[in-house]
Amino acid sequence: MAVVELDCKGLNCPMPIVKISRAIKALQIGDRLHVLASDPSFKADVEAWAKRLGHTLVEFTETSGIQSATLEKKVG
Amino acid sequence: MAEVDPAVARLVEELVTARTASLSAEVARLSGEVEALRPRTVADRATIIVFSGDMDKLMSAFIIASGAVAMGLEASMYFTFWGLAAVKKTTLYSGKSIVEKMLSLMLPGGPDDVPSSNMNMLGMGPVMFKSVMKKHNVETLPDLVKVSQELGVRMIACQMSMGVMGIGRDELIDGLEFGGVATYLGDATDSKVTLYI
Repeated sequence: MAVVELDCKGLNCPMPIVKISRAIKALQIGDRLHVLASDPSFKADVEAWAKRLGHTLVEFTETSGIQSATLEKKVG
Repeated sequence: MAEVDPAVARLVEELVTARTASLSAEVARLSGEVEALRPRTVADRATIIVFSGDMDKLMSAFIIASGAVAMGLEASMYFTFWGLAAVKKTTLYSGKSIVEKMLSLMLPGGPDDVPSSNMNMLGMGPVMFKSVMKKHNVETLPDLVKVSQELGVRMIACQMSMGVMGIGRDELIDGLEFGGVATYLGDATDSKVTLYI
């Protein structure tokens, strides 16, 4: 299981989900994408994105304005 | 094993054959219905008519289009009237009538040159917005056009309004398609999201 890092800090809507959707294409099912972001709408957006595309948001944390999301690729 | 009466065996055989035939007919009828319905199912697509030539409205249109692709939808944008400014790359004057030349002078030269829908203040508004956007690292309208193109958003320019506004094909960015209302409706009738901006 590979874990790929993606830094979206400083990016605003819609760029974090655009970058995530690109990055997830390169992964195998079961691989994880670890994303860092500062966009205030990131939590709601990444949740909606994962729900719609059938991937899993394994973990979400936030410390001093920096949000960290771990996504697991579930479908091809 | 007890012998089965041939008459009973024949009866069972006939019943099974009749039942099988009726089930096959039912399956054939249902497959026909499924095939007939397939073209009428709604595709995972978002269709946006881009009518406005205002910076803020155009930004919404491109954010939705690129977001739609990221969400696994196809996206289709149909540029008409003032919205054509978003996909303009240059302004050409040669070969145009006097009226068309006047229109070209007055219309925005491209996505970097569009007014805001409110607080335009003779162009001061957009300058202000752009400086704030830069500070907050928000994608500018030209950036959003580029991102949407890279993501494969289908972009169609309305041929009729190009004629009205005196805009030629060589004044628009590469990769556009040209079409009319049927091109838009073809996508829109087959979309889960349709917007008019």
